[in-house]
Amino acid sequence: MQNRHSSAPVSLTLPARRHSNFQIVWSVLFILTFLGSYRLAQVKPLLLLEPEGRRNIWRFVTGMFPPDLSWDFVSLLGRPIIETIQLSLMGTFMAVVIGFPLGLLATRSLTFTGILNEREMVDSRRSVFLLRKGTYLLVRAILSLFRTIPEFVWAFMFVRAVGLGPFPGVLAIGISYAGMLGKVYSEILEHVNPGPLESLQATGASRLTILLYGLLPQALPNLVSYTLYRWECAIRASTILGFVGAGGIGQQLEISMRMFNFNQVLTLVAILFVMVAGVDVLSAKVRRTILSRSSV
Amino acid sequence: MAERSTQMVAQARSRGRNRLSAHNLIILAGLLILMAWSYVGTEFSLRQLLGGESAVQILTYIRKLFPPDLSTEFLLKTGYWTLETFAMSFLGTILAVLIACCLVFLSSRNLMFTGLLFEMEQSRPWIRALRTTLYLTAKAALNLLRTIPHLVWALILVFAVGLGPFPGMLALGIHTGGVLGRLFGEVMENVETQPIEALQATGASRLQILFYGILPQVLPECVAYTLYRWEVNIREAVILGYVGAGGLGQQIQIAISLFLEHRLLTLILAIYLIVTAVDALSAHLRRRLT
Amino acid sequence: MYVLNQICKIFDSRTVAVRELDLKIGRGERVALIGPSGAGKTTLFRMLNLTIPPTSGTLLFDGLDSRHFSGRRLREVRRRIGTIYQQHNLVPRLQVVHNVLSGKLGSWPTWRAVQSLIRPTEADLALEALRHVGIADKLYERTETLSGGQQQRVAIARLLAQDPEVILADEPVSSVDPALAAGIVKLLIDLSETHCKTLLMNLHSVDLAFAHFPRLIGLKDGTISFDLPAAAVTDEHLAALYVGSQTEAVEEEIFSRAEPSFVRSCQPHLTR
Repeated sequence: MQNRHSSAPVSLTLPARRHSNFQIVWSVLFILTFLGSYRLAQVKPLLLLEPEGRRNIWRFVTGMFPPDLSWDFVSLLGRPIIETIQLSLMGTFMAVVIGFPLGLLATRSLTFTGILNEREMVDSRRSVFLLRKGTYLLVRAILSLFRTIPEFVWAFMFVRAVGLGPFPGVLAIGISYAGMLGKVYSEILEHVNPGPLESLQATGASRLTILLYGLLPQALPNLVSYTLYRWECAIRASTILGFVGAGGIGQQLEISMRMFNFNQVLTLVAILFVMVAGVDVLSAKVRRTILSRSSV
Repeated sequence: MAERSTQMVAQARSRGRNRLSAHNLIILAGLLILMAWSYVGTEFSLRQLLGGESAVQILTYIRKLFPPDLSTEFLLKTGYWTLETFAMSFLGTILAVLIACCLVFLSSRNLMFTGLLFEMEQSRPWIRALRTTLYLTAKAALNLLRTIPHLVWALILVFAVGLGPFPGMLALGIHTGGVLGRLFGEVMENVETQPIEALQATGASRLQILFYGILPQVLPECVAYTLYRWEVNIREAVILGYVGAGGLGQQIQIAISLFLEHRLLTLILAIYLIVTAVDALSAHLRRRLT
Repeated sequence: MYVLNQICKIFDSRTVAVRELDLKIGRGERVALIGPSGAGKTTLFRMLNLTIPPTSGTLLFDGLDSRHFSGRRLREVRRRIGTIYQQHNLVPRLQVVHNVLSGKLGSWPTWRAVQSLIRPTEADLALEALRHVGIADKLYERTETLSGGQQQRVAIARLLAQDPEVILADEPVSSVDPALAAGIVKLLIDLSETHCKTLLMNLHSVDLAFAHFPRLIGLKDGTISFDLPAAAVTDEHLAALYVGSQTEAVEEEIFSRAEPSFVRSCQPHLTR
C-alpha cells in the first residue's frame, strides 16, 4: 500500500465508494419524484404574490385582530372545551383497552420467537407454531389497518353509522389510536432486556407471571410515556373531528371559518394551544413521577 | 449479613405498603372520577356498542362498504389522487426542510452569540444585541409556525390561494418547518464540542466550522427526523384534503357526503397502501443511514 | 514566541484554574509541561492556542497582545498555532482526508472549504501528511472506523497540513497505548527540530519528558512549581510536584505497566 503511494505520490484517484450505487440511484429517484410531484401538486408560487391571494391573506390576518373575547362567543365555548377533554380522555382510554391486548399479541418475543418460546418450539408441533405466527401476522395487519386510516375518516364513518356527537369521536380516536398504541407497545416490549425474563422462566414462572414480573415493570415507563403523548395528540385531533361533526372544539372552528369570523378563529387557536400546552405540562409531570418511582 | 437482610425485608414491606398509600388511592380515585365524567360527557354507551343499536348500525355500515368499486376508470382516478396526496406530502416535507434550515442556524444559541465560538471575541455591544435580536426573532418565528396546527394553516391558505394540493403542500411545509426547526435546533445544540474546538484552533471561520464540524455530526440525525416527519405528513396530507387541499382526503369527503360507500372503500384501501409504502420506504432509508 | 504576565483564569467566578502565572517561551524552543492532573495544564493550553481568554493578566503572542485579536485577525493568529489534543478531537463521521485538510481551513476561503468537502482539493497534500505518519492507506476511510492510535496520527497529519509555527500538544499520548506513545512523541520532536518549530507538550510520563526535552516546567495548582533545564531537575523537585496529590498520572502509568503481567496472571489458561 505504502509503496504504491510513494512511487506515484500525486496520482490520486477518488475511490468509487464516494459515489456508490446507493447514492446515485437515490439521487436520480429523488429528482424524478421531485419533478413529478411538482407537476402533480400544481405548485404555483406566483399565486401567493397575485393581488387576490395577497388581499385574501391580508384580510385573514387583519380579520384575526383583535381576537373575539366577547362574552357571547366565549360562553359558547365552555361546552366544546369540556367535550374535547372528555373525548380525548375516553378515546385514549378506549385505545389502551383495545391496543394493549393487541400489542401483546403483536409482540414477536411473546408469541413465537425468542427465549420464552425456544424450548416450547422444539417440543411442540409445527401446527402450533404456524397458528401462533398466523395470529401474530393477523394482529399486525389489523393494527396497521387501524392506524393508517386517519382518525377523521373513522370519525366520518362512525358519524354516518351512529349519528352526530362526541360518541363517534370517541370511537374514531379509540380505533385509530389503538393501532398506533398497539404497534408502539409491541416495539417497546420487544426491546425489553431479556435477561430477567430468562431467569424468571428458569424459576418455572408461567408466561403470564413473566409478563407481570419481568416485562411490564421494565417497560412501564415507556408505555405510559407514549400513551400520554397520544393523549396530547388526541386533543389536537379534536379540531378535525369537529369538522366532520364528531364533537369537540373543531365544530366551532368550522363554523367560525365558514362565517369568515377570523377573530373567533384566533381565539379558538389560542384555546387549543393552551389546552395542548396544559396537557404537555401535566404529562411531563406524570412522566417524571413514574421515572423517579421506577428507578427506586 | 442478617442485619442487612432484615433491613431489606423492612424496606420491601414499606414499599409494599406504599403501593396502597393514601396518596396513590387519591390519584386512583381521581382517575376513576375523571373516566366516569368523560364516559357520561361523551354519551358513550358500552351496551349500545356491544350488541345494542350502535353495533347493528356499525355493522350495517361496514356491510354497505363492500364490495369496493374496482372499475378501471375509478381505479385510475384513485391512482391519480393517491399520487397527488403523495406529491403534497413529499413537497411539503422538502419545503419544511428549507424553512427549518433557514431558521435553525439563526435560532441556535451556540452559533449566534454564546459558548466556545465566542470566547475570544471582543464583544461590541451593538453586534451582540443584533445577534441576540436575530436569535430571538428566529426562535419566535419557529414557535409561531409550530403552534398553529396543520389544519388551520390549510384553512388560511385555501382561503388565500384557492382549492387544490398547492395550499395543502404549503400548509404541511409551514407547520412541519416549525417542528423540524425545533428538532434540528436541539440536535445542533447537543453537538460534540471537542472537534469544534480543534477546528477553531486551526483558524477556521464560523461558517467553515459549520460545514466541517457541525453539519457532518448532525446530518444523519436531521435526515432521520425529516423522514420520520414525512411519515407523519403523508397522513396529514390525507386529512388536509378534507378542507379542500385535494388528493384522497377531498375525494373521501365527497364519497361519504354523497353516500358512495363502494368508492369510499377503494379510497380507504388506497390510503392504506400509500401510507404503508411511505412508512416502509422511510424505515428502509433510515436503516441505510445509520 | 510567548510572553505570559500574571495570567489568571477563573471559571464561573469561583474555580481558579491558573493563578498569577509568568512564563516566557522563545521561538524554536522545546518545552515539556509536567504536573499532576488538575494542575491547570489543559486550561493553560487552551489560553495559549487562543480558545479561551485569560481572566486577567496579559498574554503576548509574537509580541502581540491577545486582547487585541478579534475576527479575521484572531483567525490569522490561530492559524500559526497548531494543537494536538488528548482526545484527538476529530470529526468522527468525516473521511480522514477531510479531517486532515481541515488543518488548511485557516488559509482557505469558505467556498474553497465547501468545495473540498465535495471533492478534496488538496488530496495530495493530505496523502503526503498521512504518509508522514504512516497511515497513507486510510485516506478515504471514515475517521470513526480507525483505532485510537490511528486517529491520533490523523490529528498529527492535520497539524502537518496546517503547518503552524507553534505546536501545542496536550497529552498527545495518554489515550494511545504505550508502545505507540514514544513513537508519536518522537515524531513531534523531529518535526519541531527539522522545521525549527516551537513545541510545547503536556506529558503524563516524566520519563518521556526527561528523554526528549531540554526544558521542563512543573505545574501545580495553577502555578509554576519549577522551570528548569532537564538536567537540573532533581527527584526532590518531582516529589514536591506530586506530593499531596495521589496523581492519576502516576497511577495510570503503574497500571499500564503492570497490565500485561496482570492479565497473564489472571488468565493462566490463555498463556498456555
